Amino acid sequence: MKQGNTKISIRDYQFFYGEKQALFDINLDIRANEILSVLGPANSGITTLLRSLNRLCDLIPKVRMQGDILVDGESIYAPHVVVTELRRRLGMVFDVPSPLPMTIFDNIAFGPRLHGKKNRQRLADTVEQSLRMAALWEDVKDRLHMPAMSLSGGQQQRLCIARVLALQPEVILLDRPCSGLDPISTSKIEDSLQLLKKRFTIVIAPHNVQQATRISDSAAFMLMGRLIEVGVGDDLFANPRDKRTSDYITGRYG
Amino acid sequence: MMRKFREKLPGRIFFLLALSSISVLALITVFIVVQGAPIIARVGVIDFVFGMSWAPSQGEYGIFPMIVGSLSVTLGAVVLGVPIGICCSIFLAEFAPVRLRNLFRPAIQLLAGIPSVVYGLWGLIFIVPFIRNYMGGPGLSILAGSVVLAIMILPTVISISEVSILALPPAYKEGALALGMTHWQAIRSVQLPAAKSGIVAAVILGIGRAIGETMAVIMLLGNAVALPSSILDPIRTLTTNIGIEMGYATGEHREALFATGIVLFVVIMILNSTAQTIVKRKKDQ
Repeated sequence: MKQGNTKISIRDYQFFYGEKQALFDINLDIRANEILSVLGPANSGITTLLRSLNRLCDLIPKVRMQGDILVDGESIYAPHVVVTELRRRLGMVFDVPSPLPMTIFDNIAFGPRLHGKKNRQRLADTVEQSLRMAALWEDVKDRLHMPAMSLSGGQQQRLCIARVLALQPEVILLDRPCSGLDPISTSKIEDSLQLLKKRFTIVIAPHNVQQATRISDSAAFMLMGRLIEVGVGDDLFANPRDKRTSDYITGRYG
Repeated sequence: MMRKFREKLPGRIFFLLALSSISVLALITVFIVVQGAPIIARVGVIDFVFGMSWAPSQGEYGIFPMIVGSLSVTLGAVVLGVPIGICCSIFLAEFAPVRLRNLFRPAIQLLAGIPSVVYGLWGLIFIVPFIRNYMGGPGLSILAGSVVLAIMILPTVISISEVSILALPPAYKEGALALGMTHWQAIRSVQLPAAKSGIVAAVILGIGRAIGETMAVIMLLGNAVALPSSILDPIRTLTTNIGIEMGYATGEHREALFATGIVLFVVIMILNSTAQTIVKRKKDQ
């Protein structure tokens, strides 16, 4: 898959929590092997959008959606789509590091085991590769069998990234993954994202505009559930077309 | 000066109130020990605890059958009640639609509010004849007591397990689902292990309730002082021994009943501390 192909295509997508509409007429194409930043102030619907992509939003009672989301040209709402398989293909990292209450090794081996990988040596290889890609291997290679909770916040978050990588996903969704982390952990995660985009498509809700300018290949700006503007490269930051976008990126609100 | 005093006053008052509840515990302990210890000393700890014959009129005070009784009835209640209780709590916390949950919760709390004598009565009319007619024996039996106790510990087990599942950070469940787990896989392999300490606490409290219950089991166990050979045999527990005989006991006999209380106390403390060490060890892993 070379850069430029459309990986995810969001078509006239609307999302409702009960009576309250959270997303309005979203139309967005996400290209393969790039980092797309989706930014905007709190309550803009960014989390809802990310969670729509892997259908994690389905679980909340009384939600309703219209429009369509296509991954590789196929609707994620098509009847033959297996939701658990979809969530494996579109891995997700949350704003709060959420290691499972088990060892570091088991946290990462968990997903592959679940999807049928049982061979010990292969599992160990997967764990090592995933940890290397997430830039965590050097930190933890001597204590793989310690509880994951004993790691620092930044390490826990990289563990969560490694956990997603172990599932060999196609897309990685990151919802403000650095919001609780110190600058050094943040830069480590940003560095590994640059490596990861060679193999994966990355959609990230950055925790501020600076982070977005550092990491993204293209950027989208959302406000109150509407997609205001999308720009390729630094376009959005250099020449914002919409006044609301420029107000946001120059720090007037948000 | 005045302000300083005012600042400290609430703390002092709360301390006094807290102290009063602790001191009641101390008073009860001292009272039972003072009343019961002499006879244990006279009979001998080994003969008292492991003695097989309970005949106060002949001066024989062995309570081993009752210890076996208490433990077996409690074990039966746990074996029957805990799996049902935990499954019920999983259902309420994870599967039940809101309306059903709002119906179930108060109903289960109501279960906790029924007086134990009513449970005993119900068991006597339904469970005991059922066992006598379909399974044999006198009906008044370990099984009858276990079934009713299992129902009595349900509210404790259900509500505490449910709370401990609901108290988990939502990140566990979301993380598990985002990895491509099904709902049930997430419950089984992430949420239940994470809620384990709360669920163990629920079981401990359930055991405490079961082993201390008196009224219902007096009516259901048949109260014979003998080692049982099957779960269909009648039996007497430590609590029922006290409950039945205290009304007319005098002198040494009375002391022996207090001593029974001491043993009950010790048994409960051993059970509690074992359970707590298990929880701690699991946490340290």
